[in-house]
Amino acid sequence: MIKIKKRWEIPESEVTPESLYLRRREFMKAAGTIGGALLLNPWAAAQASLEIGDYKQKAISLDEEITDEEDATSYNNFYEFGTGKEDPKKHSKHFKTDDWQIKVSGECAKPGTYGLEELVRPFPIEERIYRLRCVEAWSMVIPWLGIPLGSILNSFEPTSKAKYVAFKTLHDPVRMPGQQRSVLNWPYREGLTIAEAMHPLTILSVGMYGKTMPNQNGAPIRLVVPWKYGFKSIKSIVGIEFSEVQPLTSWNMAAPGEYGFYSNVNPEVNHPRWSQKKERRIGEIFKRETLMFNGYGEEVAELYDDLDLTVNF
Amino acid sequence: MWFTAALKSVYAKPVVHLLCLVPFSALLWAAFNDGLGANPVEKLTHETGDWTLRLLLITLSISPLRQWTGQAAFVRFRRILGLYTFFYGCCHFSIWFIADHSLDLAAMIEDIVERPYITLGFSALMLMLPLAITSNQAMIRRLGKKWKTLHQLVYLIISLGILHFVWLVKADYLEPTIYAIIALILLAHRVGPIKRFSVKSFLVAR
Repeated sequence: MIKIKKRWEIPESEVTPESLYLRRREFMKAAGTIGGALLLNPWAAAQASLEIGDYKQKAISLDEEITDEEDATSYNNFYEFGTGKEDPKKHSKHFKTDDWQIKVSGECAKPGTYGLEELVRPFPIEERIYRLRCVEAWSMVIPWLGIPLGSILNSFEPTSKAKYVAFKTLHDPVRMPGQQRSVLNWPYREGLTIAEAMHPLTILSVGMYGKTMPNQNGAPIRLVVPWKYGFKSIKSIVGIEFSEVQPLTSWNMAAPGEYGFYSNVNPEVNHPRWSQKKERRIGEIFKRETLMFNGYGEEVAELYDDLDLTVNF
Repeated sequence: MWFTAALKSVYAKPVVHLLCLVPFSALLWAAFNDGLGANPVEKLTHETGDWTLRLLLITLSISPLRQWTGQAAFVRFRRILGLYTFFYGCCHFSIWFIADHSLDLAAMIEDIVERPYITLGFSALMLMLPLAITSNQAMIRRLGKKWKTLHQLVYLIISLGILHFVWLVKADYLEPTIYAIIALILLAHRVGPIKRFSVKSFLVAR
């Protein structure tokens, strides 16, 4: 097999410096001393917000300044915790993600309910520094920690009928007070074509800035699809379903004329009410040009060769 | 009555001026003290827009307040309030023109023409301009009866302003709905039977 080196790959010598391996030891030791219940369970330890020590640094990187961590964790669209940008941080403080389970269903050989740890642990965690472009015309650069979604999906052995993958966020108005108002049709739903889901850029993310995922950013596990508008990257996932038909998605249900199923970042196709040509990078005053597919065209454009992106926005 | 005296006091107008400048000063202070959050431009745009609408609603509540309370002295503050509405509207517009369009006139015009919610907001601001210009005593005298007709544009301005707000919201209509309800009550007062309602006669009748 010929292995084509992708433009984001970096030499092996840059992967995980020794100091981090050492930190990993400390981390395991810390996990061990926390108590019997947490014994050799780095996930439980991680939920006590210990640093994720062991990951492949800068598996995919960007030559752009990383958004200030404080900004990325205090300016969020996560309507489950309120519609204001500062609401998620405020209202998710006590959100517990212990014993998180994800139900896998539909067109696959291994459906079932999986614990978060069971799902994630078999795979090495990678740091992926991606642009994040919100449909509201602002953007960030975030160092995610995650696993290629494709690796996890393949472990469920999808059948040939699996043409799409649908995702669901937790629906629990007590734990997610924003759901007490029907601003959207809860639970939040998103979906991808199987090709998009299997694309190497698509990840399930469990952390950012070297730490476990903050509640306001979609703890404990969320999707990250860097070439699509942010709302496609569904947070706090509890359901994954392989499906033969295109699944319903929340924003499309709320306003079908404004948010399509694909929702690829596209400066040429404006939102019916505002322009998508430019964006404000958080931390900057003036706007910059928005890039086609958020700058990931080289990697993903071929997925849409047969698609009219003006119609399939 | 102390209340009438307060309304008529020489200090009343300066106090209203100061109150109207509180939001502006707070924003200015926040801007220089890293208090505007992750997206300061958006914060400033939203806050100045909110205050334009709020001050416009307060300006519109002067007439009803006068009738409901029987205190004619409320009218003393109407011009100040109207002018501050215009001031916040100008701030709102300037931030958008500078930060969103980098002072690019062509891009700004394109946005005004192509985006209905911006068309509405911009029209509302433009309609405020003649009202601000004709707000002094000399103009009131010069225009005579026409002045009142001209200043009835304010009803169109508040409607455009609220639609501007409604139209830019993604999913949560709570806030614009509250503004719309208040505006409807204030406008209904001008046509409906509540016009003749007064607190005094209400209390006397009992």
